[in-house]
This record gives sequence, C-alpha cells and structure tokens, in this order.
Amino acid sequence: MSKEIIKIENLKREFTMGSETVHALKGISFTIHEGEFVTIMGSSGSGKSTMLNILGCLDQPSSGTYEIDGVRVKDLNRNQLANIRNEKIGFIFQSYNLLARTSAIENVELPLLYNSKVSTEERRRRAIEALKMVGLGERLHHTPSQLSGGQQQRVAIARSLVNKPVLILADEATGNLDTRTSYEIMSLFQELNSKGITIAFVTHEPDIAVFSNRTVILKDGNIIQDKINSNIQSAAQQLANLPKEDH
Amino acid sequence: MRILNLLKIAFKAIVLNKMRTLLTMLGIIIGVASVIAMLAIGEGSKASIRETISAMGSNMVTVRPGADDRGPARGSGGDVQTLIYKDYEKIKEEVSLINYITPVVNGGGQVINGSNNWPSTIYGVNPDYLNIKVVGLQSGSMFTDAEVQSASKVVLLGQTVVDNVFPDEEPVGKMIRFNNIPFKVIGVLEEKGENTFGQDQDDVVIAPYTTVQKRILAIDYLNQIMASAVSEDDASEVVEQVTEILRSQHKLLDSEDDDFTVRSMEELISTFSSTSEMLTILLVAVASISLLIGGIGIMNIMYVSVKERTKEIGLRMAVGGKGSDILMQFLIEAILISITGGLLGVLLGLTATVFIENFLHWPTSVALYSIIVSFAVCAITGIFFGWYPAKKAAALDPITALRYE
Ligand SMILES: Nc1ncnc2c1ncn2[C@@H]1O[C@H](COP(=O)(O)OP(=O)(O)OP(=O)(O)O)[C@@H](O)[C@H]1O
Ligand SMILES: [Mg+2]
Repeated sequence: MSKEIIKIENLKREFTMGSETVHALKGISFTIHEGEFVTIMGSSGSGKSTMLNILGCLDQPSSGTYEIDGVRVKDLNRNQLANIRNEKIGFIFQSYNLLARTSAIENVELPLLYNSKVSTEERRRRAIEALKMVGLGERLHHTPSQLSGGQQQRVAIARSLVNKPVLILADEATGNLDTRTSYEIMSLFQELNSKGITIAFVTHEPDIAVFSNRTVILKDGNIIQDKINSNIQSAAQQLANLPKEDH
Repeated sequence: MRILNLLKIAFKAIVLNKMRTLLTMLGIIIGVASVIAMLAIGEGSKASIRETISAMGSNMVTVRPGADDRGPARGSGGDVQTLIYKDYEKIKEEVSLINYITPVVNGGGQVINGSNNWPSTIYGVNPDYLNIKVVGLQSGSMFTDAEVQSASKVVLLGQTVVDNVFPDEEPVGKMIRFNNIPFKVIGVLEEKGENTFGQDQDDVVIAPYTTVQKRILAIDYLNQIMASAVSEDDASEVVEQVTEILRSQHKLLDSEDDDFTVRSMEELISTFSSTSEMLTILLVAVASISLLIGGIGIMNIMYVSVKERTKEIGLRMAVGGKGSDILMQFLIEAILISITGGLLGVLLGLTATVFIENFLHWPTSVALYSIIVSFAVCAITGIFFGWYPAKKAAALDPITALRYE
C-alpha cells in the first residue's frame, strides 16, 4: 500500500458562540493514501468545509490528531504550516476568495510570490499555463468583477494548481459550472490524479462522485459511509459522449 | 529576493487602493504642513520682536523723571522736572560700566523748508546718541562736542522728515526752520523703518541738547538720560548704580520712593520675550492639538483600512504567506505612505510659509524642530497603526481571518 498522506483520528471541531457550542465535527477518523481521489459528500452543514479547512492547515481541530505526510500538524509551527500550504497543498475555496481589483493572472501568481525559489519569469509562465489548463487563456487580465461566477471559480482552481501541489483540496470546485465545464475540470483533475496527485474533493453532486475512486459521506459531523468506487468513470469519455452544443 | 517580492506586493497593494492611500496621505500631509506653517509664524514674530528691540539698542539704559509709571497711578511723569544736567554729569563720572551717555531733551514742532512743512519731534542730545541708539548716517556727519558746547544751530534729519520737507533735494548743507528757528542740516540718519509697535523711527530731528534746551524749549532740566552699558549683562548693574547715585543726588530718604525711573532695554526685552514666549506656547499648544488630531486621523484611516483587509491577509496566509511576510508587506506599505505623505507635508508646509511671508507679509521663520517633530509624529503614527492591526490579523488562523467580515 502506498504511504498515508492524510491520517486523521477522532478529529473534533467545536465552535463556541457565546453560551452555545456547535459540534461541527464529532470525532471522525480516516486515512487518505497517496494517489487517491476521494470525494466527500454530505448535506449542507454536515461539516465538509470544516473538515477540509483542517486538512488544508487553515484551521486547527479542537481535539484529535491530524498527520500530513507522516508529520503531526500540531507539532508544526506557524511558519512550517505556511510552507506546507505554500508548497504542498492546493486549496480551492467554496467562495473562491480571489483578490478584488486584481487580474486573473496576478491572482494565480499569488502563491508563487511567497515562494522565493520561483523567479518572476517562471511565476508568470506557470500562471499562464495554469489558466490555460482551466480554459481561461483568453482572460488573463480580467479582474474578478469582469469574470462570470464560473470563470472566477476556474481562476481559483488555476491558483490551486500553480504551485504544483501534491495534495489538492477542493471545496465544491464545480459548484458553479455547467455540466460540460465541470466535466472538463473533472477530466483535468483525473489527469492530475493519474500523475500521482492526491485529491480530496467536496461535492453535492452524485454524478461527480463517479469520477473518484472513493466516496466519504458526512452527516452531522460524523462519517456515515466510506466506500471504494470500483467502477470509476472517465470524465474525458463522458465529455465526448455529451451531446454536441448547438450554437 | 524575498524582500523584493514583498516590495512588489506592497507597491501593488498601494496602487490598488488609490483612494485609501490618498486619504491616509492627506491626513499626514495636512498634519505636518499645518504644524510647520503655524510654528513658522510663531517663530517669525518672535524673531521680529527681538530684532526690533535690539535695533533700539540692546544695552540701553534710560532714566526718566517721575516715579515708575508701571506702579499704581501716581500722576504722569510728563512735566516732572526732577532730572537735571547735574544728574547726568554725576552718572557719567561715577558709573564705570557705561561707555556712552547723553542727556535728552525733546519737543514737538514744525519742520519747514520753503513751502514744505512737516510736524515732527526734535531730540536734543550729544554725539554719543548715535552709538546708544545704534544708528548710522546716510550722509553728512554728526555734530561735534564743540558744536554742543556752542549750542550750534545744526540738525540731522530722519528719512521721513527728509521725504516730506526735501522731496526732491539733497538736504545736507540746506537750511530748515524748526519752530521758526533756522537750522543747518548737517546729516541724514540711516533709515530704520517702523518698529514692531508701529512707530516710525525715522520721523525724528536730532540737534545738540544745548541748542534744544536754550533755543527751542527754554528749559534747564532734562527729559531723559540715555546711556549704554558696556555689555548686555552689565545693564542691570548699571541700573542699580544709577538708582543709588540719583537717590543720593536727589537727597531721598529711605522712606521715600524714587522720583525717577531707571530702565534697561534688558527689562523691556524680557517683557516682550515673555509675551512672545506666551505666543510660542500658545502656538505650540495649537500645533500640538492639530498634530494630535492629525495623528488620530492617520490612526483611524490606517487602522480601518488595514482591518478591512483582514480577509486579504487571511487569503495571503492561506496560499502560503508567513506571518512575517504579511507584516513586512503592511509595514512597507505604511512606511511608503507615511514617508511620502510626510515629505509632501513638509513641502506643503514650506510652500505655505513662503506664501504667508510674501503675500500676507507676516514675518515667518521655519524652525527645524517643527519639521522634525511633525514629520516624526505623523510618520510614526502612520507606521504604527499600519503595522499593529496587520500584526493582529496575521496572528489569526488563516480561516478566521478569511471569515472576517
Ligand atoms: N466559524 C464558525 N462558527 C460557528 N459555527 C460554524 C463555523 N463554521 C462552521 N460552523 C458550523 O459548523 C457546521 C458545519 O459547517 P460547514 O461549513 O463545515 O458545512 P458544509 O458541510 O461545508 O456545508 P455546505 O455544504 O453548505 O458548504 C455548520 O452547522 C456551521 O453552522
Ligand atoms: Mg461548505
């Protein structure tokens, strides 16, 4: 078996709001191995984003352990966490989180600005490459307000790819896309996955889950199902089978 | 490399937030400029008062008849006749710290040259007068001791008198009449202009005191004795000695008050200095308040604008920016904005000062400390309040910062 890239044990996350405590995660455990493509499903408010934020080292669990690539996250200091986010993880936010009044290309370049190993020319080249991968080669200099919701989402996807991460964490990355575009993105993810990149993908849509090799279902902060998908569909194939668009 | 990236990021952020940058800078610019201009006005009037007083003769000691009229009302000293020539001689003889001394008699009258006439004041003095008042001659020469002895009918004129009675002539060598007595003009005094109190120092006629006493006023007492101490520091010693001499000359009992008043310019200077000191304190207070208000303005806009960007800070951390990167970025931004604003403020302050000097004709003097203090206060406030909220935001978990509304 390949190595464990994500390992969580009895992970809990509580939010205290005044006297009230929200138990968003009630003690979940699972492991994701290198090269897996996992979809995480569940109804709204079940704790998917909360879990993904912890996996992305953006948030700390209230209790339980999280090991990333064999290292306990609790033992890492803030700078080491920043380095992991910068070099190992590509995170796609549910709400995009693009810098306003900043062009698509500059938004995509952002992670590389914090990596001193990447030169200015390479930064630009990789940003353009990532934008082309998500089909936005023609929209390099548009600012978020000049892009559609789906296009903004694709800029956010490009930004998560630009640092060549080993782990992509996507929070409803296709939530705003039409079937054709979301299949395109899924086929891109499948391609990246086939190159060894581990992907955890939060989604609501069961027909997206068929492209992954495993589906985890959350309900009220607990895992209620964790199932290997033996019949993985090819997104590229599905895309070809889609009826031709008539213009 | 890393710092270069951060500079780039900071610069982009500044350009991205033009309005915020402009408003922050405006606060700094106005704060700095107003303090500089205000203190320049204060320092300017202070300097001008000092200048006026020392132009009157900084070592000067004057003796007037009658009691000190600064005390409780005691009747005017105007026609008191307690000061006599003998007093003058005695002081001249016995006070060693004096280098010049002159008796003074003065009276008003008409200066007439043909059809031109002008009301002025004639001062009867001896040749020491010029040294005591620190005034030179434009043309001609001072009368001599011999001319004083002989009560010669010679005069020197101030520029205002010349302008009015000799509009297009060279006065030296010409004759004038003062109260119908003919005098020969032997010199013209250097122009002194108005003093700070608005008196025209050039509206004078100078003649030997003997001449004025006998031929014009027909008196045998003196209106005043003017002397000049060897140095400014000796002036108070001179005042004491003169007081002692005059009290014994006038045979005053210990219980009696002085029937004369001795004053040094030093005293006058300190009176006015304390006035202008008050003025400066007032201005510094006003400047401090405007600096404070400016500082609060800078603080507000910096604090709010950085706070507003908590989400941006969260995102930067989420994609791998370290806390130190974020802080450095905001620090660079704050420094760039504050320093630029401060420099523009200094520039505006200096321009305003030049404007005030040239168009409003107020005396100004830019104090270096006002530039340094106002610049420092505004820059430090700007930098601190650009840095502090960023520090707080950078200490959050990325997701907490991202959620900030
Ligand atoms: N910062 C927070 N403070 C308080 N409660 C929170 C916070 N974040 C999440 N929660 C709560 O935790 C629960 C899980 O939220 P989460 O965002 O993980 O849901 P989700 O599964 O991503 O839902 P959706 O599909 O709608 O995105 C919700 O009940 C939410 O109200
Ligand atoms: Mg969510």
